[in-house]
Amino acid sequence: MSVDKETVARIAHLARINVPEESLESIAGDLNNILAWVDQLSEVNTDDVEPMTSVVHARLRQREDVVNDGGKRDAVLKNAPETEHGFFAVPKVLE
Amino acid sequence: MTKLTDLSMADALAGLDNKDFTSVELTEAYVAAVEGGTSINAYTTQTPEKALEMAAAADASRAAGTAGPMAGIPLAIKDLYCTEGVLTTASSHILDGFTPAYESTVTSNLWRDGAVMLGKVSLDEFAMGSSNETSFYGAVENPWRAGDGKSRVPGGSSGGSAAAVAAHMAVAATGTDTGGSIRQPASFCGLVGIKPTYGRCSRWGVIAFASSLDQPGPITRSVKDAAIMLGSMAGYDAKDSTSIDTPVPDYAAALTGDIRGLKVGIPKEYRLDDAPAEILALWDQGVDWLKAAGAEIIDISLPHTKYALPTYYIVAPAEASSNLARYDGVKYGLRVPGDSLDSMYANTRAEGFGDEVTRRILIGTYVLSAGYYDAYYLKAQKLRTLIAQDFENAYASCDVILTPTAPSAAFGPGENADDPISMYLNDVFTVPASLAGVPGISIPAGLSGDGLPLGLQLLGKPFDEETVLRVAGVLEEAANFTAQPNNWWTGDKS
Repeated sequence: MSVDKETVARIAHLARINVPEESLESIAGDLNNILAWVDQLSEVNTDDVEPMTSVVHARLRQREDVVNDGGKRDAVLKNAPETEHGFFAVPKVLE
Repeated sequence: MTKLTDLSMADALAGLDNKDFTSVELTEAYVAAVEGGTSINAYTTQTPEKALEMAAAADASRAAGTAGPMAGIPLAIKDLYCTEGVLTTASSHILDGFTPAYESTVTSNLWRDGAVMLGKVSLDEFAMGSSNETSFYGAVENPWRAGDGKSRVPGGSSGGSAAAVAAHMAVAATGTDTGGSIRQPASFCGLVGIKPTYGRCSRWGVIAFASSLDQPGPITRSVKDAAIMLGSMAGYDAKDSTSIDTPVPDYAAALTGDIRGLKVGIPKEYRLDDAPAEILALWDQGVDWLKAAGAEIIDISLPHTKYALPTYYIVAPAEASSNLARYDGVKYGLRVPGDSLDSMYANTRAEGFGDEVTRRILIGTYVLSAGYYDAYYLKAQKLRTLIAQDFENAYASCDVILTPTAPSAAFGPGENADDPISMYLNDVFTVPASLAGVPGISIPAGLSGDGLPLGLQLLGKPFDEETVLRVAGVLEEAANFTAQPNNWWTGDKS
């Protein structure tokens, strides 16, 4: 599996990072080196191995379904680059 | 007379108890040290007024007989911990101006116990790196310089934490460890650093890198200091769903010095063919020290060790790509305008993230994307199961595992900058324990031929930090590491 410029452009779009055209080639090179290196995992037979999602062998706890926090609108908005009328403000989405 | 800033945490606490000095005096000495040590570039934000206020409160609590276990001890806080009302950057441009409205659980625990905040210290951007060179606020220099006088990196990602403690600009510091980010900088700076069991310290309020691996821990000047500080940091927290509800033992009480009959495993897979001779010699020396203290040495095998790093470099970037999706120019930090919502996102993230963070987000996005998920991410999760099983199997026959911490002493700035993989190889001995979630500690054990510190690592069973600390205490005593860096940063030789 090899990554080309078009693939870098596609994943950069998925990640919402603007990567300039002239950097695509060198990033593709970096990614290919890393992917070639991690490919050694294919040596290991993992057919009967369960994937690990957490090292913690505990069940997620449940709690009462009640409101236990809130009323912090101003604190939540405090760090926003732009707010309007108590909301986060973003560039126009609908024409 | 010993300078106040030269005291260990345990000795400073004794001095405070004994009324030899006050926390305000101790804190004033540290504030001066921080101001005099700016050429190291460890601190991203200094909070001297807050420090003196907290110190005065600690003195009052001591006078009232209500002092907590860390009352009056000045600390540096890794700038990955959210601190209420104090700039928190993760050393990234994208968090410009972010001042949290809340305090992380771990720092809350430290303040509850009376500790004092000197300020926030630098890290590799979003904790991604092994040299502290990827910080938006510039590289941090290691207080230790090689015999040739050339500068060295402090390690990473907790490089600011380690540099601040090594230069006596804080009694101790908080760090975080995802693949070695506490243990490797501790090794590079001649300090003690412990990564607790995953789930021992709350991750709440610590800016996330790879959530299944991230774990807070202390960087200190001695094993006893590590025991004291871990006791304050640790504990169950309902706000972290992976926090484990088990009592926090008295870690300092575990330092009995008695390891007779304890079984120490030596994993053959860590004996890398190309490891420097001085690293292997120090490891052999560590074996001899533990043997002399009455421990039994056992050869063990962790057969999937060589797959740990490639596994990590799939799992960690995948989680990072997901965690860092929240930086979108809307809720906090930097916003770079664009002509649409999407272009605002893409412009903000392009300008806000550095090269290494971008590289890892792209790798993570790729391995999670349609068509590649099974081949990379699922495969890595399966390898992670095998790596964790290696440790479970090993702990059937031993109590702790002894290894080197890092494959070299601190390297020079720029040395591993051209090749991401050569930088990643720094974590070859620390990453397996992170993937398995087991605790690990680095103890300064000797000097390289170049006069730089070298660390030994002890790994333990899950939630058995007590045994890890006990053995670490024995190694510390045997190694008797008393070397200090030459003070080039203030010119003060006293």
